[in-house]
Amino acid sequence: MSSRRIFARPARFAAIAPYVWMALFFLVPFAFVLKISLSQTAIAQPPYEPVFDLTAGWEALKAALAALSIDNFRLLGSDDIYVFAYVRSLTVAVTATALLLLFGYPIAYGMARLPKRWQAVAMVLVIVPFWTSFLIRIYAWINILQHDGLLNQILLALHLVSQPVVWLSTDTAMYIGIVYSYLPFMILPLYATLAKMEPALEEAASDLGAPPWQVFWLVTFPLSLPGVGAGVLLCFIPIVGEFVIPDLLAGSNALMIGQTLWLEFFTNKDWPVASAAAIVLLVVLLLPLLLYERLQKRQLEQGR
Amino acid sequence: MRKVSRLSRFNIASLALGLAFLYLPILILVLYSFNASRLVTVWGGWSLRWYREFFNDRAMIEAAWMSLRVAVSSATIATLLGTLAAVALSRGERFRGRTLFSGMLYAPLVMPEVITGLSLLLLFVALNAERGFWTVTIAHTTLTMCFVAVVVQSRLGSLDRSLEEAAMDLGWNPVRAFMAVTLPLIAPAIVAGWMLAFTLSLDDLVIASFTTGPGSATLPIRIYSEVRLGVKPEINAICTLVIALIAVIIVIASLASKLSSSQGESAAPL
Amino acid sequence: MAEELPGRDVQADVTGGDALPAAGQPLLRIEGVAKRFGTFRAVDGVSLDIKSGEFFALLGPSGCGKTTLLRMLAGFEAPDEGHILLGGKDIAQALPHERPINMMFQNYALFPHLSVRDNIAFGLKRAGMARAEIATRVAEMVALVKLEGLEKRKPDQLSGGQRQRVALARALARRPQLLLLDEPLAALDKKLRESTQGELMELQRRLGMTFIIVTHDQEEAMTMASRIGVMKAGKLAQVASPRELYEAPRSRWIAEFVGDINLFDGETKLRDGHRLVIGTRDAGALVVAEPREPLGTGKFAVAIRPEKVKLSRRAPVSEVGRETAINLLDGVIADICYLGGTTTYKVKLDSGGMLQASVVNSARLDVDAYSLNQHVVAWFTPDDCVVLPS
Repeated sequence: MSSRRIFARPARFAAIAPYVWMALFFLVPFAFVLKISLSQTAIAQPPYEPVFDLTAGWEALKAALAALSIDNFRLLGSDDIYVFAYVRSLTVAVTATALLLLFGYPIAYGMARLPKRWQAVAMVLVIVPFWTSFLIRIYAWINILQHDGLLNQILLALHLVSQPVVWLSTDTAMYIGIVYSYLPFMILPLYATLAKMEPALEEAASDLGAPPWQVFWLVTFPLSLPGVGAGVLLCFIPIVGEFVIPDLLAGSNALMIGQTLWLEFFTNKDWPVASAAAIVLLVVLLLPLLLYERLQKRQLEQGR
Repeated sequence: MRKVSRLSRFNIASLALGLAFLYLPILILVLYSFNASRLVTVWGGWSLRWYREFFNDRAMIEAAWMSLRVAVSSATIATLLGTLAAVALSRGERFRGRTLFSGMLYAPLVMPEVITGLSLLLLFVALNAERGFWTVTIAHTTLTMCFVAVVVQSRLGSLDRSLEEAAMDLGWNPVRAFMAVTLPLIAPAIVAGWMLAFTLSLDDLVIASFTTGPGSATLPIRIYSEVRLGVKPEINAICTLVIALIAVIIVIASLASKLSSSQGESAAPL
Repeated sequence: MAEELPGRDVQADVTGGDALPAAGQPLLRIEGVAKRFGTFRAVDGVSLDIKSGEFFALLGPSGCGKTTLLRMLAGFEAPDEGHILLGGKDIAQALPHERPINMMFQNYALFPHLSVRDNIAFGLKRAGMARAEIATRVAEMVALVKLEGLEKRKPDQLSGGQRQRVALARALARRPQLLLLDEPLAALDKKLRESTQGELMELQRRLGMTFIIVTHDQEEAMTMASRIGVMKAGKLAQVASPRELYEAPRSRWIAEFVGDINLFDGETKLRDGHRLVIGTRDAGALVVAEPREPLGTGKFAVAIRPEKVKLSRRAPVSEVGRETAINLLDGVIADICYLGGTTTYKVKLDSGGMLQASVVNSARLDVDAYSLNQHVVAWFTPDDCVVLPS
């Protein structure tokens, strides 16, 4: 028996505890979301009906099942607010991801070209803000972007504007916040792929007559595509469902789906509709999610 | 004299600008936490008054304490389970349900938090569980387990398998070989995973909002409700304290990993 | 005159350079080139002429600066001092893509996302050739390295030997004035290495191109190159043909680096016509032929290659024999190393030293082969020795 197989047997047992945990606390809850999405609101505790009471017998169960309906989904489809929220979420996510790629790529590329010793330092420097609270970092931007905040102070001092500009409660502020928060998620996978590329490939391209920008476009960029894919998906998917950043930095006239969900749940106390919205969001994200799973699997298991 | 160096001016500029962009807002925040004046436009001199206000704010302190307890508990459980999962995935070869397992494991990495939070709350309600410390802890563990797994798994993947084989050759059975040889080598990654889980838990707003109960608000929840009302200098002080705490942890962990690892690993524990 | 591929003059079109010098004339002049990394002098004042159409080898141990020198020729490092003149122009500061020089990389550096054909065509696209011309040239290259049928494959679908051919074809596609090869055979096993050596030499002859190869394997350098430049610690120790390098090394270090050698330290004792007697510590008085530049008195080492040492059971008895066997040494066989074609004997001399003798196994059944601890007589002529400064 090869040594790999000898290890495989006991290693599989290690999967039991996490497996059970994740099945219980990750998979099973989705079943509940589905069930609630098919229920109605009720002024009760819990605020939905029907409630499955397994002790009430088979008849009660059948009656409860009959009370399920897809009304909530119909509501989502018909009411403009929701459709608009989904569209806006996707638009924001695409734009933000593009911005992240635009800013993150040069940073990751610069990191990959540092001498080896400095690369570790650079990586720590990029990660540390990420480990500093997410909320704090958004708050830091509120600080800077507010009416008499630092940005306006600088602009006024440099005479670039004559009056303080309104930054907060705008899409610009939201994009700044998103790019700021998600930058490490874009940089790290990109850096990981770029750092693994052998420098001789760029040298060979140069040797064969390609000037520096062509070396980048014909050799470096195509070979970094797996990292680009990972970074893009790692950012796009969560941004679609973002709540905190749009809530704190964007205006309140156009909501993203995360905000709509929150509102339905906490303000309107309409759990069924919120659940339906969550299901639709999941469906929308299904394709990118599967893509991401594939990419993640390939990268981690090939040690790339 | 023109040099064909690897690092061009563009590279250096983008690195410098990028790092400045990442750090400047935080530095400004820290600076203003010491501002005696309440206004952002005026620098009133150095002062600790906001720190004093924080320590006098009972609600905040309680929330902070709650957050710390939740973070430590969930990080510890998540590290345990995440490491097990990483071992299973990197050494377990093929087994039934592996695709499902890895799918479940990596999904929370990208899943929007509103979805995870909502689903967990619905579970707790259905189970009639009392929402408070334990529900938040369980929720955070579920979220952060996958981060630990990713960190540990990538370290396991880059490890030289011949070390384990050598241990087995010398008479150790697989489990003992793993504990004696592999575990010490991946210890820095496990510590890094714990720190990551700790920070993520300390920091989480959305999932905590969904899964917490009355009277057990976490720090982010309190900060968030304050921030919605506008900028308060006290928040600057709280944030600086949290940053300081995290910085201390990072420094300790880096020192620990530098001391223990001797295989030419880089200083960054990841 | 070597047979040349038709269309060699097209080279000028592709690379935009001047017509090449005739074979044997200097193509590349390296003058006083030096390169420092911090305080470490990787290349320390190297001057060298590379002749058009020759196969030149840069040989030396790792860290001697040969790779750095090669990279300076390719353009990946810029020298701190000195000039590199190609066709009269100093290209020392020119960027790699501006030079009519191409390199075959040690690990081949094939673009993993491009097929074999696209890899080879890569350099041609940069040169602004028409589509049809590129296709023709690629087909030509593929035929040259015998890779027909594999054009559509990606590098990871090829064997090591096939990848090497692609790297070669890619580097030759632009018909450079000079081809640099960085340890091209290091990754191949022995049999493949030997056949590839032959193919590279054949290719170079046919194309009439100038090749510079960097290697640490002296057998490889001796087989392939027409001239070898031995480097040590950033400096050129000797530039010579393989035969001259082997039979007339200029220093002790070179004698030891290239092949096996016996060295006996000693001092000049007396001079007798064209002969010199050097009294050595371990082998007694040895008679050597006077080298062209007369030596003064002083400390020298006598060097003899193992295959020049003759062994026999007793000293020659004939008149002629006794006249030629001037350096006669008695000893005992201390070690036998059977290598198939030859056998190396280590003889412990009565006078104290150790002498290595290499004997060709010319008969399959050799009843006369020596055995351990057997008493033998070793001898060599004065012309077979070289005197080296100590």
